[in-house]
Amino acid sequence: MAHFDAIIIGAGMSGLAAGIRAAYYEKKVCILERHYTIGGLNSFYRLRKRDYDVGLHAVTNYTPKGTKHGPLARLLRQLRFRWDEFDLAQQNYSAVQFPDKQLRFSNDLELLRSEVAREYPDQIDNFERLLTELIDYDDLAPEHFDIDTREWLSEIISDPQLVEMILCPVMWYGNAREHDMDLGQFCIMFRSLFLEGFARPFEGVRLILRKLVKKFRELGGELKLRHGVSQIEVENGTATGVVLDDGTQITADAILSSAGAVETMHLCGQEDSTVTKTVGQMSFIESVASLDCEPKDLGHDATIIFFNDSDTFHWERPHDSLCDLRTGVICTPNNYQYDPSHGPLPDGVMRITAIADYDQWNSLSESEYQSAKTEWQQRAIDSAIRFVPDYQPQIIDTDMFTPTTIRKFTWHDNGAVYGATKKWFSGQSNVKNLYLCGTDQGYVGIIGSIVSGIMIANQYVLQ
Amino acid sequence: MTPAEIRDAITDILATIAPDDNVEEIRDDVEFREQLELDSMDFLDIVMELRKRFRIQVPEEDYPQLVSMSSTVAYLEPRMNEH
Ligand SMILES: Cc1cc2nc3c(=O)[nH]c(=O)nc-3n(C[C@H](O)[C@H](O)[C@H](O)COP(=O)(O)OP(=O)(O)OC[C@H]3O[C@@H](n4cnc5c(N)ncnc54)[C@H](O)[C@@H]3O)c2cc1C
Repeated sequence: MAHFDAIIIGAGMSGLAAGIRAAYYEKKVCILERHYTIGGLNSFYRLRKRDYDVGLHAVTNYTPKGTKHGPLARLLRQLRFRWDEFDLAQQNYSAVQFPDKQLRFSNDLELLRSEVAREYPDQIDNFERLLTELIDYDDLAPEHFDIDTREWLSEIISDPQLVEMILCPVMWYGNAREHDMDLGQFCIMFRSLFLEGFARPFEGVRLILRKLVKKFRELGGELKLRHGVSQIEVENGTATGVVLDDGTQITADAILSSAGAVETMHLCGQEDSTVTKTVGQMSFIESVASLDCEPKDLGHDATIIFFNDSDTFHWERPHDSLCDLRTGVICTPNNYQYDPSHGPLPDGVMRITAIADYDQWNSLSESEYQSAKTEWQQRAIDSAIRFVPDYQPQIIDTDMFTPTTIRKFTWHDNGAVYGATKKWFSGQSNVKNLYLCGTDQGYVGIIGSIVSGIMIANQYVLQ
Repeated sequence: MTPAEIRDAITDILATIAPDDNVEEIRDDVEFREQLELDSMDFLDIVMELRKRFRIQVPEEDYPQLVSMSSTVAYLEPRMNEH
Protein backbone atom coordinates (compact mmCIF):
# COMPACT_ATOMS: atom_id res chain seq x y z
CA MET A 1 0.00 0.00 0.00
CA ALA A 2 1.37 3.44 -0.93
CA HIS A 3 2.28 5.67 2.00
CA PHE A 4 2.85 9.42 1.95
CA ASP A 5 3.95 12.05 4.44
CA ALA A 6 0.92 14.02 3.32
CA ILE A 7 -2.14 13.45 1.18
CA ILE A 8 -4.01 16.48 -0.09
CA ILE A 9 -7.61 16.16 -1.19
CA GLY A 10 -8.33 18.52 -4.09
CA ALA A 11 -6.19 20.15 -6.78
CA GLY A 12 -7.74 23.60 -6.47
CA MET A 13 -5.74 26.66 -5.50
CA SER A 14 -5.34 25.69 -1.85
CA GLY A 15 -4.42 22.07 -2.50
CA LEU A 16 -1.80 22.96 -5.10
CA ALA A 17 -0.28 25.62 -2.85
CA ALA A 18 -0.14 23.26 0.13
CA GLY A 19 1.40 20.63 -2.12
CA ILE A 20 4.15 22.96 -3.30
CA ARG A 21 5.13 23.82 0.26
CA ALA A 22 5.24 20.18 1.32
CA ALA A 23 7.14 19.04 -1.77
CA TYR A 24 9.59 21.92 -1.57
CA TYR A 25 10.68 20.69 1.84
CA GLU A 26 11.09 17.15 0.54
CA LYS A 27 7.93 15.66 1.94
CA LYS A 28 6.49 12.77 0.03
CA VAL A 29 3.18 14.29 -1.00
CA CYS A 30 0.29 13.33 -3.23
CA ILE A 31 -2.63 15.46 -4.39
CA LEU A 32 -5.79 13.48 -5.14
CA GLU A 33 -8.33 15.16 -7.40
CA ARG A 34 -11.62 13.64 -8.49
CA HIS A 35 -12.10 15.82 -11.56
CA TYR A 36 -10.14 15.22 -14.77
CA THR A 37 -8.54 18.63 -14.46
CA ILE A 38 -7.08 21.00 -11.88
CA GLY A 39 -8.43 24.27 -10.56
CA GLY A 40 -11.61 23.39 -8.64
CA LEU A 41 -13.79 26.46 -8.24
CA ASN A 42 -11.40 28.44 -10.38
CA SER A 43 -10.69 26.22 -13.31
CA PHE A 44 -10.77 26.75 -17.07
CA TYR A 45 -12.11 24.96 -20.10
CA ARG A 46 -12.38 25.12 -23.86
CA LEU A 47 -15.68 25.12 -25.69
CA ARG A 48 -16.34 25.63 -29.41
CA LYS A 49 -12.71 26.73 -29.86
CA ARG A 50 -12.91 29.40 -27.17
CA ASP A 51 -11.06 29.54 -23.86
CA TYR A 52 -13.18 30.14 -20.78
CA ASP A 53 -12.35 30.70 -17.14
CA VAL A 54 -14.75 29.18 -14.64
CA GLY A 55 -14.30 31.69 -11.93
CA LEU A 56 -11.78 34.35 -12.57
CA HIS A 57 -13.18 37.86 -12.56
CA ALA A 58 -10.29 39.39 -10.74
CA VAL A 59 -7.26 38.37 -8.80
CA THR A 60 -7.91 40.36 -5.62
CA ASN A 61 -5.25 41.63 -3.19
CA TYR A 62 -3.26 43.24 -5.99
CA THR A 63 -0.19 45.06 -4.74
CA PRO A 64 2.52 46.41 -7.06
CA LYS A 65 5.88 44.79 -7.60
CA GLY A 66 8.22 45.47 -4.70
CA THR A 67 5.46 45.58 -2.07
CA LYS A 68 6.63 43.59 0.94
CA HIS A 69 3.39 43.25 2.85
CA GLY A 70 0.07 41.69 2.16
CA PRO A 71 -1.13 38.29 0.99
CA LEU A 72 0.11 38.54 -2.61
CA ALA A 73 3.69 39.36 -1.63
CA ARG A 74 3.60 36.70 1.04
CA LEU A 75 2.38 33.91 -1.21
CA LEU A 76 4.85 34.76 -3.96
CA ARG A 77 7.70 34.50 -1.47
CA GLN A 78 6.40 31.33 0.11
CA LEU A 79 5.91 29.61 -3.24
CA ARG A 80 9.14 31.03 -4.68
CA PHE A 81 7.58 32.90 -7.57
CA ARG A 82 8.83 36.18 -8.91
CA TRP A 83 6.18 38.90 -9.02
CA ASP A 84 6.36 39.02 -12.83
CA GLU A 85 5.48 35.37 -13.19
CA PHE A 86 1.78 35.98 -12.57
CA ASP A 87 1.70 38.60 -15.33
CA LEU A 88 -0.81 40.70 -13.41
CA ALA A 89 -2.41 43.60 -15.26
CA GLN A 90 -4.32 46.13 -13.18
CA GLN A 91 -7.98 46.93 -13.57
CA ASN A 92 -9.15 50.12 -15.27
CA TYR A 93 -11.64 50.89 -12.52
CA SER A 94 -14.66 49.18 -11.04
CA ALA A 95 -17.90 50.51 -9.62
CA VAL A 96 -20.70 49.85 -7.19
CA GLN A 97 -23.96 50.94 -8.81
CA PHE A 98 -27.20 51.57 -6.97
CA PRO A 99 -30.27 53.28 -8.48
CA ASP A 100 -29.09 56.87 -8.18
CA LYS A 101 -25.56 56.47 -6.91
CA GLN A 102 -22.30 55.26 -8.28
CA LEU A 103 -19.04 54.70 -6.40
CA ARG A 104 -16.09 54.02 -8.63
CA PHE A 105 -12.91 52.54 -7.21
CA SER A 106 -9.56 51.40 -8.54
CA ASN A 107 -6.28 50.12 -7.14
CA ASP A 108 -5.67 53.65 -5.92
CA LEU A 109 -7.73 54.28 -2.80
CA GLU A 110 -7.93 58.00 -3.67
CA LEU A 111 -10.56 57.31 -6.31
CA LEU A 112 -12.92 55.69 -3.82
CA ARG A 113 -12.26 58.48 -1.31
CA SER A 114 -13.17 61.14 -3.85
CA GLU A 115 -16.25 59.22 -4.97
CA VAL A 116 -17.54 58.93 -1.41
CA ALA A 117 -16.92 62.64 -0.95
CA ARG A 118 -18.83 63.40 -4.15
CA GLU A 119 -21.85 61.14 -3.54
CA TYR A 120 -21.99 61.39 0.27
CA PRO A 121 -20.31 64.65 1.31
CA ASP A 122 -21.64 64.36 4.87
CA GLN A 123 -20.15 60.88 5.25
CA ILE A 124 -16.57 61.42 4.17
CA ASP A 125 -15.28 61.90 7.72
CA ASN A 126 -17.07 58.75 8.79
CA PHE A 127 -15.58 56.93 5.83
CA GLU A 128 -12.11 58.05 6.89
CA ARG A 129 -12.82 56.70 10.36
CA LEU A 130 -13.82 53.39 8.81
CA LEU A 131 -10.53 53.25 6.90
CA THR A 132 -8.56 53.94 10.05
CA GLU A 133 -10.38 51.13 11.86
CA LEU A 134 -9.78 48.70 9.05
CA ILE A 135 -6.16 49.49 8.43
CA ASP A 136 -5.20 48.47 11.98
CA TYR A 137 -7.63 45.66 12.22
CA ASP A 138 -6.43 42.35 13.57
CA ASP A 139 -8.59 40.21 11.36
CA LEU A 140 -7.87 36.88 12.90
CA ALA A 141 -8.91 37.71 16.44
CA PRO A 142 -11.65 35.12 16.98
CA GLU A 143 -14.01 37.52 18.75
CA HIS A 144 -14.33 39.56 15.57
CA PHE A 145 -16.01 36.67 13.88
CA ASP A 146 -18.91 36.89 16.32
CA ILE A 147 -19.68 40.49 15.37
CA ASP A 148 -22.18 41.22 12.61
CA THR A 149 -20.89 43.73 10.10
CA ARG A 150 -24.12 45.60 9.25
CA GLU A 151 -24.62 46.90 12.74
CA TRP A 152 -20.94 47.60 13.28
CA LEU A 153 -20.76 49.56 10.03
CA SER A 154 -23.93 51.48 10.82
CA GLU A 155 -22.31 52.78 13.97
CA ILE A 156 -19.57 54.38 11.88
CA ILE A 157 -21.45 55.29 8.68
CA SER A 158 -24.76 56.97 9.42
CA ASP A 159 -26.20 56.88 5.88
CA PRO A 160 -27.82 53.45 5.47
CA GLN A 161 -27.50 53.52 1.69
CA LEU A 162 -23.74 53.97 1.89
CA VAL A 163 -23.56 51.03 4.30
CA GLU A 164 -25.32 48.90 1.68
CA MET A 165 -23.08 50.18 -1.10
CA ILE A 166 -20.00 49.16 0.83
CA LEU A 167 -21.41 45.76 1.76
CA CYS A 168 -22.47 44.86 -1.78
CA PRO A 169 -19.09 44.18 -3.42
CA VAL A 170 -17.54 42.86 -0.22
CA MET A 171 -20.26 40.26 0.27
CA TRP A 172 -20.22 39.37 -3.41
CA TYR A 173 -16.55 38.48 -3.28
CA GLY A 174 -16.47 36.42 -0.16
CA ASN A 175 -19.45 36.05 2.13
CA ALA A 176 -20.63 32.52 2.79
CA ARG A 177 -23.39 33.60 5.20
CA GLU A 178 -26.78 34.90 4.15
CA HIS A 179 -27.96 38.41 5.12
CA ASP A 180 -25.00 39.55 7.18
CA MET A 181 -21.26 38.99 7.33
CA ASP A 182 -18.80 38.22 10.11
CA LEU A 183 -16.74 41.30 10.82
CA GLY A 184 -13.46 39.41 10.59
CA GLN A 185 -14.34 38.20 7.10
CA PHE A 186 -15.52 41.68 6.14
CA CYS A 187 -12.16 43.17 7.12
CA ILE A 188 -10.23 40.60 5.10
CA MET A 189 -12.40 41.18 2.03
CA PHE A 190 -12.58 44.98 2.36
CA ARG A 191 -8.82 45.14 2.32
CA SER A 192 -8.47 42.75 -0.57
CA LEU A 193 -10.88 44.79 -2.72
CA PHE A 194 -10.42 48.41 -1.74
CA LEU A 195 -7.06 48.78 0.01
CA GLU A 196 -5.28 46.38 -2.34
CA GLY A 197 -7.11 45.84 -5.62
CA PHE A 198 -7.95 43.89 -8.77
CA ALA A 199 -5.72 42.48 -11.47
CA ARG A 200 -5.77 39.69 -14.03
CA PRO A 201 -3.19 37.74 -16.02
CA PHE A 202 -3.71 38.16 -19.75
CA GLU A 203 -4.13 34.42 -20.13
CA GLY A 204 -6.53 34.22 -17.20
CA VAL A 205 -6.50 31.67 -14.44
CA ARG A 206 -4.84 29.00 -16.56
CA LEU A 207 -1.56 30.87 -16.27
CA ILE A 208 -1.62 30.74 -12.47
CA LEU A 209 -2.72 27.13 -12.39
CA ARG A 210 -0.08 26.10 -14.89
CA LYS A 211 2.63 27.74 -12.79
CA LEU A 212 1.40 26.08 -9.63
CA VAL A 213 1.16 22.61 -11.10
CA LYS A 214 4.50 22.86 -12.89
CA LYS A 215 6.24 23.86 -9.69
CA PHE A 216 4.55 21.11 -7.73
CA ARG A 217 5.63 18.45 -10.22
CA GLU A 218 9.18 19.77 -10.55
CA LEU A 219 9.55 19.49 -6.81
CA GLY A 220 8.63 15.83 -7.00
CA GLY A 221 4.99 16.04 -5.91
CA GLU A 222 2.53 13.51 -7.29
CA LEU A 223 -0.73 14.75 -8.77
CA LYS A 224 -3.41 12.19 -9.48
CA LEU A 225 -6.39 13.39 -11.49
CA ARG A 226 -9.54 11.24 -11.71
CA HIS A 227 -8.61 9.96 -8.26
CA GLY A 228 -11.54 10.84 -6.05
CA VAL A 229 -11.45 10.15 -2.34
CA SER A 230 -14.57 8.27 -1.27
CA GLN A 231 -13.60 7.77 2.35
CA ILE A 232 -11.13 8.99 4.94
CA GLU A 233 -10.09 6.16 7.22
CA VAL A 234 -10.25 7.03 10.89
CA GLU A 235 -8.97 4.77 13.64
CA ASN A 236 -9.55 5.80 17.25
CA GLY A 237 -10.09 9.40 16.30
CA THR A 238 -6.98 9.59 14.09
CA ALA A 239 -7.00 9.76 10.30
CA THR A 240 -4.72 7.13 8.84
CA GLY A 241 -5.39 7.23 5.13
CA VAL A 242 -7.97 7.37 2.37
CA VAL A 243 -9.93 5.02 0.16
CA LEU A 244 -10.29 6.09 -3.45
CA ASP A 245 -13.42 5.84 -5.58
CA ASP A 246 -11.98 2.67 -7.17
CA GLY A 247 -11.33 1.10 -3.75
CA THR A 248 -7.55 1.65 -3.62
CA GLN A 249 -6.22 2.47 -0.17
CA ILE A 250 -3.46 4.99 0.49
CA THR A 251 -2.07 5.85 3.89
CA ALA A 252 -0.49 9.07 5.12
CA ASP A 253 0.83 10.77 8.24
CA ALA A 254 -1.25 13.86 7.54
CA ILE A 255 -4.30 14.53 5.38
CA LEU A 256 -5.21 18.01 4.20
CA SER A 257 -8.66 18.40 2.73
CA SER A 258 -9.90 21.24 0.55
CA ALA A 259 -13.20 19.46 -0.11
CA GLY A 260 -15.04 21.61 2.46
CA ALA A 261 -15.77 21.11 6.16
CA VAL A 262 -19.09 19.32 5.90
CA GLU A 263 -17.97 17.32 2.87
CA THR A 264 -14.80 16.22 4.69
CA MET A 265 -16.76 15.19 7.77
CA HIS A 266 -18.96 13.04 5.54
CA LEU A 267 -15.87 11.43 4.01
CA CYS A 268 -14.96 10.38 7.56
CA GLY A 269 -18.38 8.76 7.84
CA GLN A 270 -19.33 11.16 10.60
CA GLU A 271 -22.54 13.01 11.16
CA ASP A 272 -22.44 16.02 13.44
CA SER A 273 -25.36 18.39 13.28
CA THR A 274 -23.32 21.32 14.60
CA VAL A 275 -21.10 20.97 11.52
CA THR A 276 -23.88 20.06 9.06
CA LYS A 277 -25.88 23.14 9.89
CA THR A 278 -23.00 25.36 8.75
CA VAL A 279 -23.33 24.15 5.16
CA GLY A 280 -23.27 27.14 2.81
CA GLN A 281 -26.25 28.18 0.69
CA MET A 282 -24.88 30.91 -1.51
CA SER A 283 -24.50 29.77 -5.07
CA PHE A 284 -24.53 31.48 -8.42
CA ILE A 285 -25.25 31.28 -12.08
CA GLU A 286 -22.79 32.82 -14.45
CA SER A 287 -23.53 33.87 -18.01
CA VAL A 288 -20.54 34.39 -20.27
CA ALA A 289 -21.00 36.12 -23.62
CA SER A 290 -18.33 36.43 -26.30
CA LEU A 291 -18.64 39.56 -28.41
CA ASP A 292 -17.40 40.49 -31.86
CA CYS A 293 -16.02 43.78 -30.56
CA GLU A 294 -14.23 45.20 -27.55
CA PRO A 295 -16.67 46.27 -24.83
CA LYS A 296 -14.96 49.65 -24.74
CA ASP A 297 -16.17 50.20 -28.31
CA LEU A 298 -19.68 50.10 -26.87
CA GLY A 299 -18.68 52.73 -24.34
CA HIS A 300 -18.04 50.31 -21.50
CA ASP A 301 -14.60 50.59 -19.94
CA ALA A 302 -15.22 49.53 -16.32
CA THR A 303 -13.60 46.29 -15.21
CA ILE A 304 -16.22 45.08 -12.74
CA ILE A 305 -19.64 46.48 -11.89
CA PHE A 306 -21.41 45.40 -8.70
CA PHE A 307 -25.02 46.44 -9.17
CA ASN A 308 -28.06 46.51 -6.96
CA ASP A 309 -31.42 47.82 -8.13
CA SER A 310 -32.79 49.21 -4.85
CA ASP A 311 -31.45 50.97 -1.76
CA THR A 312 -31.21 47.75 0.21
CA PHE A 313 -28.80 45.00 -0.72
CA HIS A 314 -30.27 41.52 -0.32
CA TRP A 315 -27.72 38.76 0.10
CA GLU A 316 -29.76 35.59 0.40
CA ARG A 317 -30.63 32.50 -1.59
CA PRO A 318 -33.85 32.86 -3.56
CA HIS A 319 -36.75 30.80 -2.25
CA ASP A 320 -39.41 31.14 -4.88
CA SER A 321 -37.42 31.43 -8.07
CA LEU A 322 -34.29 29.89 -9.51
CA CYS A 323 -32.29 33.11 -9.37
CA ASP A 324 -32.37 36.53 -7.77
CA LEU A 325 -31.53 39.24 -10.28
CA ARG A 326 -31.89 42.27 -8.04
CA THR A 327 -28.14 42.31 -7.61
CA GLY A 328 -25.30 40.99 -9.72
CA VAL A 329 -21.73 41.34 -10.87
CA ILE A 330 -20.71 42.25 -14.41
CA CYS A 331 -17.13 41.49 -15.27
CA THR A 332 -15.30 42.53 -18.43
CA PRO A 333 -11.95 40.75 -18.69
CA ASN A 334 -10.97 42.99 -21.62
CA ASN A 335 -10.94 46.01 -19.35
CA TYR A 336 -7.60 45.42 -17.68
CA GLN A 337 -4.43 47.33 -18.51
CA TYR A 338 -2.61 44.49 -20.23
CA ASP A 339 0.89 44.92 -21.48
CA PRO A 340 0.54 46.10 -25.12
CA SER A 341 2.82 43.29 -26.25
CA HIS A 342 -0.06 40.88 -25.64
CA GLY A 343 -2.39 42.62 -28.09
CA PRO A 344 -6.14 42.42 -27.35
CA LEU A 345 -7.95 39.35 -25.95
CA PRO A 346 -9.31 37.16 -28.78
CA ASP A 347 -12.93 38.24 -28.16
CA GLY A 348 -14.83 40.81 -26.20
CA VAL A 349 -16.26 39.14 -23.09
CA MET A 350 -19.07 40.09 -20.73
CA ARG A 351 -19.67 37.88 -17.69
CA ILE A 352 -22.66 38.23 -15.39
CA THR A 353 -22.97 36.54 -12.03
CA ALA A 354 -26.30 36.31 -10.21
CA ILE A 355 -27.46 34.61 -7.02
CA ALA A 356 -29.09 31.23 -7.55
CA ASP A 357 -30.60 28.45 -5.48
CA TYR A 358 -29.02 25.01 -5.74
CA ASP A 359 -32.04 22.99 -4.58
CA GLN A 360 -34.35 24.45 -7.19
CA TRP A 361 -31.88 24.05 -10.03
CA ASN A 362 -31.16 20.52 -8.89
CA SER A 363 -34.81 19.51 -8.88
CA LEU A 364 -35.30 20.25 -12.60
CA SER A 365 -35.54 17.48 -15.18
CA GLU A 366 -32.96 17.56 -17.98
CA SER A 367 -35.31 19.30 -20.42
CA GLU A 368 -36.52 21.76 -17.78
CA TYR A 369 -32.91 22.45 -16.90
CA GLN A 370 -31.98 23.26 -20.49
CA SER A 371 -34.88 25.65 -20.95
CA ALA A 372 -34.27 27.24 -17.54
CA LYS A 373 -30.69 27.89 -18.58
CA THR A 374 -31.82 29.65 -21.74
CA GLU A 375 -34.46 31.64 -19.91
CA TRP A 376 -32.24 32.77 -17.03
CA GLN A 377 -29.33 33.58 -19.29
CA GLN A 378 -31.62 36.05 -21.07
CA ARG A 379 -33.02 37.39 -17.83
CA ALA A 380 -29.53 37.88 -16.39
CA ILE A 381 -28.52 39.87 -19.48
CA ASP A 382 -31.74 41.93 -19.28
CA SER A 383 -30.95 42.69 -15.66
CA ALA A 384 -27.33 43.65 -16.37
CA ILE A 385 -28.03 45.97 -19.28
CA ARG A 386 -29.84 48.25 -16.90
CA PHE A 387 -26.31 49.16 -15.76
CA VAL A 388 -24.09 48.67 -18.83
CA PRO A 389 -24.58 49.26 -22.58
CA ASP A 390 -26.72 46.66 -24.35
CA TYR A 391 -24.20 44.25 -25.85
CA GLN A 392 -26.66 41.72 -27.23
CA PRO A 393 -26.28 42.61 -30.93
CA GLN A 394 -22.54 41.88 -30.60
CA ILE A 395 -22.90 38.41 -29.06
CA ILE A 396 -21.24 35.64 -31.09
CA ASP A 397 -21.31 32.85 -28.52
CA THR A 398 -22.53 32.24 -24.99
CA ASP A 399 -22.05 29.79 -22.18
CA MET A 400 -23.71 29.57 -18.83
CA PHE A 401 -23.17 27.62 -15.66
CA THR A 402 -25.46 27.04 -12.72
CA PRO A 403 -25.21 25.83 -9.11
CA THR A 404 -25.53 22.25 -10.31
CA THR A 405 -22.56 22.73 -12.66
CA ILE A 406 -20.50 23.95 -9.72
CA ARG A 407 -21.58 20.95 -7.65
CA LYS A 408 -20.90 18.56 -10.48
CA PHE A 409 -17.30 19.64 -10.99
CA THR A 410 -16.21 20.53 -7.46
CA TRP A 411 -18.41 18.30 -5.27
CA HIS A 412 -19.12 21.22 -2.94
CA ASP A 413 -22.50 20.74 -1.25
CA ASN A 414 -25.15 23.10 -2.67
CA GLY A 415 -22.59 24.41 -5.16
CA ALA A 416 -21.73 26.83 -2.34
CA VAL A 417 -18.96 28.96 -3.75
CA TYR A 418 -17.75 30.42 -0.46
CA GLY A 419 -18.22 27.24 1.52
CA ALA A 420 -19.59 26.86 5.02
CA THR A 421 -21.02 29.72 7.05
CA LYS A 422 -18.57 29.06 9.87
CA LYS A 423 -14.83 28.83 9.29
CA TRP A 424 -12.17 26.63 10.88
CA PHE A 425 -9.29 29.07 11.24
CA SER A 426 -7.01 26.68 13.09
CA GLY A 427 -7.39 24.22 10.21
CA GLN A 428 -7.97 21.47 12.76
CA SER A 429 -10.86 19.10 12.29
CA ASN A 430 -12.25 16.92 15.05
CA VAL A 431 -10.10 14.06 13.74
CA LYS A 432 -6.40 13.94 14.53
CA ASN A 433 -4.02 14.31 11.55
CA LEU A 434 -6.85 15.58 9.36
CA TYR A 435 -6.78 19.28 8.52
CA LEU A 436 -8.93 21.63 6.49
CA CYS A 437 -7.43 23.98 3.94
CA GLY A 438 -8.93 26.42 1.44
CA THR A 439 -12.39 27.91 1.54
CA ASP A 440 -13.59 26.41 4.82
CA GLN A 441 -10.40 27.09 6.68
CA GLY A 442 -11.37 30.71 6.28
CA TYR A 443 -9.69 32.35 3.32
CA VAL A 444 -11.68 32.54 0.12
CA GLY A 445 -10.89 33.71 -3.36
CA ILE A 446 -7.87 32.81 -5.45
CA ILE A 447 -5.31 34.58 -3.32
CA GLY A 448 -7.05 33.70 -0.07
CA SER A 449 -7.19 30.00 -0.79
CA ILE A 450 -3.55 29.89 -1.90
CA VAL A 451 -2.54 31.58 1.37
CA SER A 452 -4.68 29.08 3.25
CA GLY A 453 -2.96 26.10 1.62
CA ILE A 454 0.45 27.55 2.48
CA MET A 455 -0.44 28.23 6.11
CA ILE A 456 -1.95 24.84 6.76
CA ALA A 457 0.94 22.98 5.12
CA ASN A 458 3.46 25.04 7.11
CA GLN A 459 1.71 24.35 10.34
CA TYR A 460 0.76 20.72 10.05
CA VAL A 461 3.04 19.14 7.45
CA LEU A 462 6.28 21.01 7.92
CA GLN A 463 6.53 21.64 11.65
CA MET B 1 32.99 26.04 5.42
CA THR B 2 34.65 29.40 5.86
CA PRO B 3 32.62 32.35 7.17
CA ALA B 4 32.65 33.79 3.66
CA GLU B 5 31.20 30.59 2.22
CA ILE B 6 28.56 30.47 4.92
CA ARG B 7 27.67 34.05 4.15
CA ASP B 8 27.22 33.15 0.48
CA ALA B 9 25.06 30.21 1.42
CA ILE B 10 22.79 32.43 3.52
CA THR B 11 22.64 35.05 0.79
CA ASP B 12 21.52 32.30 -1.54
CA ILE B 13 18.79 31.22 0.87
CA LEU B 14 17.56 34.80 1.18
CA ALA B 15 17.56 35.17 -2.60
CA THR B 16 15.40 32.06 -2.81
CA ILE B 17 12.95 33.28 -0.19
CA ALA B 18 12.68 36.80 -1.56
CA PRO B 19 13.38 36.55 -5.30
CA ASP B 20 12.38 40.16 -5.93
CA ASP B 21 14.75 41.61 -3.31
CA ASN B 22 18.30 42.64 -3.96
CA VAL B 23 20.05 40.46 -1.41
CA GLU B 24 23.50 41.43 -2.65
CA GLU B 25 23.12 44.72 -0.85
CA ILE B 26 22.48 43.26 2.57
CA ARG B 27 24.47 44.87 5.35
CA ASP B 28 25.86 42.39 7.83
CA ASP B 29 25.13 44.14 11.10
CA VAL B 30 21.61 45.33 10.35
CA GLU B 31 18.73 43.00 11.17
CA PHE B 32 17.32 41.09 8.20
CA ARG B 33 13.89 42.22 9.22
CA GLU B 34 14.74 45.84 8.63
CA GLN B 35 16.26 45.25 5.24
CA LEU B 36 14.00 42.61 3.82
CA GLU B 37 10.91 43.01 5.97
CA LEU B 38 10.67 39.29 6.50
CA ASP B 39 7.62 38.20 8.42
CA SER B 40 7.47 35.24 10.78
CA MET B 41 6.54 32.88 7.96
CA ASP B 42 9.63 33.88 5.98
CA PHE B 43 11.77 33.58 9.04
CA LEU B 44 10.70 29.99 9.51
CA ASP B 45 11.67 29.45 5.89
CA ILE B 46 15.26 30.41 6.66
CA VAL B 47 15.27 27.76 9.36
CA MET B 48 13.72 25.17 7.06
CA GLU B 49 16.09 25.99 4.20
CA LEU B 50 19.05 25.43 6.55
CA ARG B 51 17.61 22.07 7.43
CA LYS B 52 16.99 21.18 3.80
CA ARG B 53 20.35 22.30 2.47
CA PHE B 54 22.74 21.59 5.32
CA ARG B 55 20.80 19.21 7.54
CA ILE B 56 21.19 21.70 10.37
CA GLN B 57 18.42 21.72 12.90
CA VAL B 58 18.02 25.10 14.58
CA PRO B 59 16.06 24.70 17.83
CA GLU B 60 13.42 27.31 18.51
CA GLU B 61 15.32 28.81 21.44
CA ASP B 62 18.15 29.67 19.05
CA TYR B 63 15.98 31.60 16.58
CA PRO B 64 17.04 34.97 18.06
CA GLN B 65 20.60 34.17 16.93
CA LEU B 66 19.46 34.40 13.31
CA VAL B 67 18.52 38.07 13.30
CA SER B 68 21.27 39.47 11.11
CA MET B 69 23.87 38.22 8.67
CA SER B 70 26.77 38.51 11.11
CA SER B 71 24.97 36.80 13.98
CA THR B 72 23.77 34.03 11.68
CA VAL B 73 27.24 33.36 10.31
CA ALA B 74 28.68 33.32 13.84
CA TYR B 75 25.96 30.93 14.97
CA LEU B 76 26.30 28.57 12.02
CA GLU B 77 30.06 28.40 11.67
CA PRO B 78 30.78 25.86 14.42
CA ARG B 79 27.67 23.85 13.49
CA MET B 80 28.43 23.69 9.77
CA ASN B 81 31.93 22.49 10.50
CA GLU B 82 30.87 19.71 12.84
CA HIS B 83 29.96 17.51 9.90
C1 LIG C 1 -18.22 31.71 -10.58
C2 LIG C 1 -17.09 31.97 -9.64
C3 LIG C 1 -16.40 33.18 -9.73
C4 LIG C 1 -15.32 33.42 -8.90
N1 LIG C 1 -14.63 34.56 -9.08
C5 LIG C 1 -13.52 34.78 -8.34
C6 LIG C 1 -12.71 35.91 -8.60
O1 LIG C 1 -12.96 36.68 -9.51
N2 LIG C 1 -11.63 36.14 -7.82
C7 LIG C 1 -11.30 35.29 -6.81
O2 LIG C 1 -10.30 35.53 -6.13
N3 LIG C 1 -12.05 34.19 -6.54
C8 LIG C 1 -13.14 33.92 -7.29
N4 LIG C 1 -13.90 32.81 -7.03
C9 LIG C 1 -13.61 32.04 -5.81
C10 LIG C 1 -12.42 31.13 -5.94
O3 LIG C 1 -12.52 30.44 -7.16
C11 LIG C 1 -12.41 30.12 -4.79
O4 LIG C 1 -12.50 30.80 -3.57
C12 LIG C 1 -11.12 29.28 -4.77
O5 LIG C 1 -10.84 28.78 -6.04
C13 LIG C 1 -11.28 28.15 -3.76
O6 LIG C 1 -10.18 27.27 -3.80
P1 LIG C 1 -10.12 26.04 -2.82
O7 LIG C 1 -8.81 25.38 -3.07
O8 LIG C 1 -10.45 26.43 -1.46
O9 LIG C 1 -11.32 25.08 -3.24
P2 LIG C 1 -11.69 24.34 -4.59
O10 LIG C 1 -11.26 25.10 -5.76
O11 LIG C 1 -13.11 23.98 -4.50
O12 LIG C 1 -10.83 23.01 -4.54
C14 LIG C 1 -11.32 21.81 -4.00
C15 LIG C 1 -10.98 20.69 -4.95
O13 LIG C 1 -11.26 19.45 -4.30
C16 LIG C 1 -11.79 18.55 -5.24
N5 LIG C 1 -12.54 17.54 -4.50
C17 LIG C 1 -13.66 17.71 -3.78
N6 LIG C 1 -14.04 16.56 -3.21
C18 LIG C 1 -13.12 15.64 -3.56
C19 LIG C 1 -12.94 14.26 -3.26
N7 LIG C 1 -13.78 13.61 -2.49
N8 LIG C 1 -11.86 13.62 -3.79
C20 LIG C 1 -10.97 14.28 -4.59
N9 LIG C 1 -11.10 15.58 -4.89
C21 LIG C 1 -12.16 16.26 -4.38
C22 LIG C 1 -12.64 19.41 -6.13
O14 LIG C 1 -12.86 18.79 -7.37
C23 LIG C 1 -11.80 20.67 -6.24
O15 LIG C 1 -10.91 20.62 -7.33
C24 LIG C 1 -14.96 32.49 -7.90
C25 LIG C 1 -15.64 31.29 -7.81
C26 LIG C 1 -16.68 31.00 -8.69
C27 LIG C 1 -17.35 29.66 -8.62
